Amino acid sequence: MSTYYTEDHEWISVDGDTGTVGISVYAAKQLGDVVYVELPDVGKSLDKGDEAAVVESVKAASEVYAPVGGEVTAINEALEDAPDTVNASAEGDGWFLKIKISDAGELGSLMDSDKYKAYCDGL
Amino acid sequence: MSELKRTKLFDKHVAAGAKMVPFAGYDMPVQYPLGIKSEHLHTREKCGLFDVSHMGQCFISADDGTFETAAKALETIVPADIQSLKPGQQRYSQFLNAEGGILDDLMISRLGLEGHTHTLYLVVNAGCKDDDFAHIEKHLPDGVNLSIKDDTLSLIALQGPKAAEVLGGLNSKVQDLVFMTHTDLPLGDIWAHVSRSGYTGEDGYEISVKHEDVDALVDQLLAHDDVELIGLGARDSLRLEAGLCLYGHDIDTSVSPIEAGLIWSVQKHRRGGEGYLGAARIAADIADKSSKRLVGILPEGKAPAREHTEIQDQDGNTIGEITSGGFGPSVGGPVAMGYVARKFAKASSEINLMVRGKARPAKVVKLPFVPHTYYRG
Repeated sequence: MSTYYTEDHEWISVDGDTGTVGISVYAAKQLGDVVYVELPDVGKSLDKGDEAAVVESVKAASEVYAPVGGEVTAINEALEDAPDTVNASAEGDGWFLKIKISDAGELGSLMDSDKYKAYCDGL
Repeated sequence: MSELKRTKLFDKHVAAGAKMVPFAGYDMPVQYPLGIKSEHLHTREKCGLFDVSHMGQCFISADDGTFETAAKALETIVPADIQSLKPGQQRYSQFLNAEGGILDDLMISRLGLEGHTHTLYLVVNAGCKDDDFAHIEKHLPDGVNLSIKDDTLSLIALQGPKAAEVLGGLNSKVQDLVFMTHTDLPLGDIWAHVSRSGYTGEDGYEISVKHEDVDALVDQLLAHDDVELIGLGARDSLRLEAGLCLYGHDIDTSVSPIEAGLIWSVQKHRRGGEGYLGAARIAADIADKSSKRLVGILPEGKAPAREHTEIQDQDGNTIGEITSGGFGPSVGGPVAMGYVARKFAKASSEINLMVRGKARPAKVVKLPFVPHTYYRG
């Protein structure tokens, strides 16, 4: 299982043709207390870069984009009652959604964890 | 862009690990490592310390040495009754333009200190203060003078249920003050102007001290276990839950004090349509039952509705806009304020908020969202 990151601080963890998507620990820390997560409907088809979800902190709302294209197969319904899971475990229990990846080739444009770490250090 | 100004507590904010952001021309702490939600809840449960030194402080006094002359002069540019202020009393008011639009909102106090009871003390918003001071200068008659104190005075706020106990540890006399009164007294060995007021809905104080004393005073207050530094982020969520207007968002030149629900701050004999700049608009908006109103809005569900969110009626007609909206940590859900057409201003009116293209149900509610806990003796 490999995990990739975008410059907008989403992560996608790939297992076969299923990708689990969330926001990075770095992003969760920048946002502060997450108070609401709006997730897409299961079955929704997303292109790479489409708005997939919205995450809201006390201060502001931020869009979460699809790291690659695909169809939404599951959403993390636990976030509805416990949005702060995103702060506690951004890259674990705080996942947002799962997608069936339509073109694995799109993963090639993303960063691996070392590259992403260097990217964040430069911000 | 001009360089950001710093308050005298800048180094303290940075040392405390604050995230600093530009606000009204100042480099200010938006949050500390505790985080906005915890800072907010700490203030409601114990006591929060805010640096509000970016706000403008000034005095107005008359050459003839009487309070009456100074009060009459100020009354030409604010709707509040100033002449009836007793020494040590404080009122909330607004500066209006000729059309009755709100230029800024402010606190006005008559000093209580013997020998100074002819002097008015004003605290205005940071983002408006340069314009405010020019506006005051322009309208004060000869013989009434404005003295700006930004170069000499800092301002901090201590807010929350433990504030009286904490500040009382430095001088027990502060516990005798009631809401919207103030006094001058020593806090330890620091001379301070202390008012029992604030902008969080909680009991608490605003404390004005000389720049050179503010660091030492803050150290003494922070030494108390119940006191935490609180940033602008929590200040915003606290005042929103308390139903208090934020200038530049809920109020600006496009609205009058009546539309903004501030009629309580215009004393009855000042509602007749004359006597101060913008007075005609006050009378007209009181008479006009169709004018819009600022109301509290409680979204159903959990999605916050932010500033500029469109408000619709059940039939999809636009009836207003959210002016402040977010998550209320003490409410435990989304809260908002916004303007609606008068016929929807009644509590429990059902409205829709257009968040990300979807109509989401909400109700008009009475403000505040969290009861005020002001100390009235």
